Parts: sequence; C-alpha cells; structure tokens
Amino acid sequence: MIQLKNISKTFRIAKRDAGLKSAAKSLFHREYTRIEALKDVSFTINKGEMVGYIGPNGAGKSSTIKIMSGVLTPDSGECVINGRIPWKNRTEHVREIGVVFGQRSQLWWDVPVIDSFDLLRDIYKVEQAQYKKMLSDLTELLDIGEIIRIPARQLSLGQRMRCEIAASLLHNPSILFLDEPTIGLDAVSKIAVRNFIRSINREYKTTVLLTTHDMQDIEALTERIILIGKGRILLDGPLAELKNHRSSHKTLTVDYLGPRLCVPENLRLLRDEDGHAQILVDTDVVTVSQAISIISAHAEIKDISVAGETIDETVVALYKEFAI
Amino acid sequence: MKKYLSFFRIRFLAGLQYRAAAWGGIATQYAWGGMTILMFHAFYQNAENSFPMTFRELSSYIWLQQSLLAMFMTWFYDNDIFDSITSGSISYELCRPCDLYSMWFVKNMAIRLSRVVLRCVPILLVAIFLPDPFGMRLPPDITSALLFPVSMVLGFLVLVSFNMLIYISAFYTISPMGIRILVSSITEFFAGALIPIPFFPEWLQSFMYALPFASVQNTPFLIYVGHLNTAEALQSICLQAVWLIVLLAAGRILIKHALKKVVVQGG
Repeated sequence: MIQLKNISKTFRIAKRDAGLKSAAKSLFHREYTRIEALKDVSFTINKGEMVGYIGPNGAGKSSTIKIMSGVLTPDSGECVINGRIPWKNRTEHVREIGVVFGQRSQLWWDVPVIDSFDLLRDIYKVEQAQYKKMLSDLTELLDIGEIIRIPARQLSLGQRMRCEIAASLLHNPSILFLDEPTIGLDAVSKIAVRNFIRSINREYKTTVLLTTHDMQDIEALTERIILIGKGRILLDGPLAELKNHRSSHKTLTVDYLGPRLCVPENLRLLRDEDGHAQILVDTDVVTVSQAISIISAHAEIKDISVAGETIDETVVALYKEFAI
Repeated sequence: MKKYLSFFRIRFLAGLQYRAAAWGGIATQYAWGGMTILMFHAFYQNAENSFPMTFRELSSYIWLQQSLLAMFMTWFYDNDIFDSITSGSISYELCRPCDLYSMWFVKNMAIRLSRVVLRCVPILLVAIFLPDPFGMRLPPDITSALLFPVSMVLGFLVLVSFNMLIYISAFYTISPMGIRILVSSITEFFAGALIPIPFFPEWLQSFMYALPFASVQNTPFLIYVGHLNTAEALQSICLQAVWLIVLLAAGRILIKHALKKVVVQGG
C-alpha cells in the first residue's frame, strides 16, 4: 500500500546567461531559481494495483519515484509505503521494493550478468532455495537463460533491459517501480517486457507503478493512470477518463490522384500540395469513415492514414484546461 | 557482513583483470624506487652523518613504499564513485538495503588491495636480493616485525577513510576535479610519500605530525625499518587509531548530511 499526501519538493538551480562575461560574473555571484518539481502530490495505490504514471519530461515523474524509493527527501508532505517512511527507514524500506531506472544500469559492466545477480542475492540476503526458484522463473519468463553468462557490456539494449528487470525482482519485492522500462526498445522487446510485467503482477500480486512516454505501454498494462504535469497531479482515474479529455479531432493524411481536393464545410483542409493533403476531422460532427468516403468521392486515394492526438498533445491541452 | 564481503569479492576479482597495467606499474616502480635510492645515495656519500635515517633504513623505506604503492597512494580515487554521483546512477546504490558509506569503503579497499596483490611480490622479491645497502632488509627486531602489520592496516584504513571525505565532497561540488587535484598534491607531500617525514626540518615535522597524513604510510614504514623505538611506535599507532576514529566519524556525519540534501543529477 502506497500513500502520498501533499508531497512537495523544490530544487534550487543555478542559472546564468550565455557568454563569457556572465560566466565570469557567476564566479562571484550566483543567481538561483527555485523549481517546484512537485507540488501537493497526493495519491494512494493499493496492493496488487498496476498504475501508469504519465506526463511530459520534467513533469516530476522521476522525482516522485525517487521519493518513493527513499533516494530523495521531500521538503514537505507525508509518504507511507507498507507502513514505512522511505527516506527515514531507507534500508528496511528498499528491501521490499524493486526499482528499474530505464536510463541507468544496475548491472556490473565488466562481469557476466549472473555475477551481478549473485551479488544482489547477497546484498538482499535472499535464501539460496528461494533465489534459485526466482532465478529460474525470471530466466524463463524473460527468456534470458542464454545471455546471463555474458558480460553486461556485450548485451544489446533489449537484452540488457530484460536482465535489468530480472535484477530488480530477484528479492521478490512487493512493490515494483518502473521508470521508463521500455525506453529505446524495439517492438519485440517491448512486447516481451509488457507480457512479463503483466504476469508478474498477476502471479506475485506485485504492485506496479510504471512511468512511460509510450501510450501503448499504458494501454497494454494499466487500468488506472495518474497524470502529472508541472509537478501537480492533473488526473487520477481509469484510462477511459483520460480519453474523455482527449480532443475529438483526428488528422487524415491523404495521398491522392486527380484534381485538387475541395472538401465540404464540416471538414477542414489544413494543407493540399501536389496530391498530398492533410484534413482535420472533428469526430463529433463527422465520423472518420464518413470523412473518408467524402474524400474518395472527390479523388482516387493512393494512401491514407489517421492520426489522433498523442498523449503529450493531450497533456498540453490539459495544461490549457487546468490553466497552468 | 556477508553482503560487504561479496561486494569486496566482485571488486577485487574485477581489479585482478588488469594484468598489463600491473606489469607497467611494476616496471615504473622499479625505476622510480631505484632512482630515488641512487639520488639519496649521492647525498649520503657527501655527508653520511647529517641525515636522520641510516642509508639501510632509507632503502627499506623506499622499497616498502614502492611495493605497497597501490595501498598507500594518496592521489588514487575510484572514478566510478565520482561518476555515480555526478551522473546520478547513485540512484541505484541508494535503492539497496546497504549502508552507502560501508559499500564505498569496501569498494575502495578492494580496488587498492587487488592492485597491491598483483604488484608487491615481484617488487619485494627483487628488492630483497639487491646488494647491501641498496636492498630491502627484514625488520631489525621482533617488536618492529609485530607492530608493522598492525600499523600498516591502520594506515591503510586512515587513508581510505580520508578518501571517503573527498568522495562525499562531490555531492556538494558537482565536479570533483578541483578538490581532487588540490587535495592529492597536498596529501602526497604531507604523507611523506615524496620524501620521508624525518628528512623535513623540525618545525615542519611537528606540523606534519599534527595532520592525519603522517599516520598513513610514514608510521608503518618507520616502524618496519626500526626508526622508532617501542614506546614511540606504540604512541604512533595510538595516534593512527585516533585519526581513524575521527575520519570515520567525520565521513559518517558528512554523508548523512549529503544524502539529506542530495539532488540526483540527470532526471
């Protein structure tokens, strides 16, 4: 069980203007700006839940995860995880959590992955029998049996990420924080990682909090999302709720043969050059299939694609909505 | 305890991989040790009695210093630790149920010891068979032989606990290079690594003995060569212990403060 209540964190950042003169000036006098990384962040996550924590870069996702894993101390607010305050009982707390920072590595670079695993076993004092079972489960589920005898530096990103995830789960934590676990992975590895996270959540009742920029990760894995922007929680609820906030506009990109397009009033032509057009469709007025049939009546369509709003665009729209 | 031992093991084994570097180091240390001894020999030929140590004592001191260089070199710092602070990968280390101070301490010991193990034997073997008075001699009496290992271990721990302060300072400075270069040259001088401390003028010596760096290599080496009598040796060992306690306490307090205000770099 994870409970955050009014967590705030401010960073002090030195800033200066570009150029030699201001660099020299900053030797004697520094200007600092305060950046509110988190402001009154509150949420509760129950045992066994799988939650997507999303928001643009710099929104405060990683800061929240670092606070919950005991790395950072917040300026104010309460955070209780499994009955403990992470930054006060750090050593006991981290025994029960697993963390994957997708942009960093926890494997020892020069030695075979299995050596890193053995060291983690000793660090977490995992019993040999339990370790063996966990290791065989993980190697099977993540399909890493072949690669754990290879030094980490020689693994591909996808292979390494699977090993990183296994490394974070060897001590069978009850809570797993995944900070961008699919960053930079190809489609096959992404799907493998997603399937694995789902089965871990189902089999071990592991609570999972996942940050990502990949909307497919969220759709594949989580029922509930928490959306953060500029340090504040904007939305907390089922995935569908986010979709309600998404705009009903779709963009059609069309390659066509024939004369220049001329579209009725309920569609808006954004661009039209050399048989390549972009059309904005408001699905509250016209459905996508109606729009396509209107266009195909005017011209012969060679290629067509439909794009909705990306998650980041939704967030930008939400910024406007929440006026921040 | 077991986790720190395993941690020591993995670092120690990784350190043993660098064999070419070890041979390079050995060659450098022969040359450096030989040059230093020959230089002092030239001085001694002029006025043998105006020096504080006998030439035999000095030869043993230099060879001991060269063979145990990796253990006592003051300028050596583990870049991994600085990198983990400056790049932010320290996040992972903070997510372990381990005490960060102990973990880094053990890591430092492991790297230094793995280097010493590879280098000291070949250097000592050759130094022992060098002709008198240029070679390495056994300690003059049993007390020196018994006190030397105690003092050596203490000196080693004093140095590592001092190194820890510099690592921790990286939490505050972002780029640790400046402090590192400054501190390295100062400690090198005051530890007696360039010239043994007894060769300095009296007034400077009393100042040097008030600093922790004299307790690093100078004390065990002087005990080994028999330059200190038993009372002086015991007194120096007590001083080493005091410095060790002070530096350990300072490191613990500092890291606690640093972690409270830590800003993890790079998102």
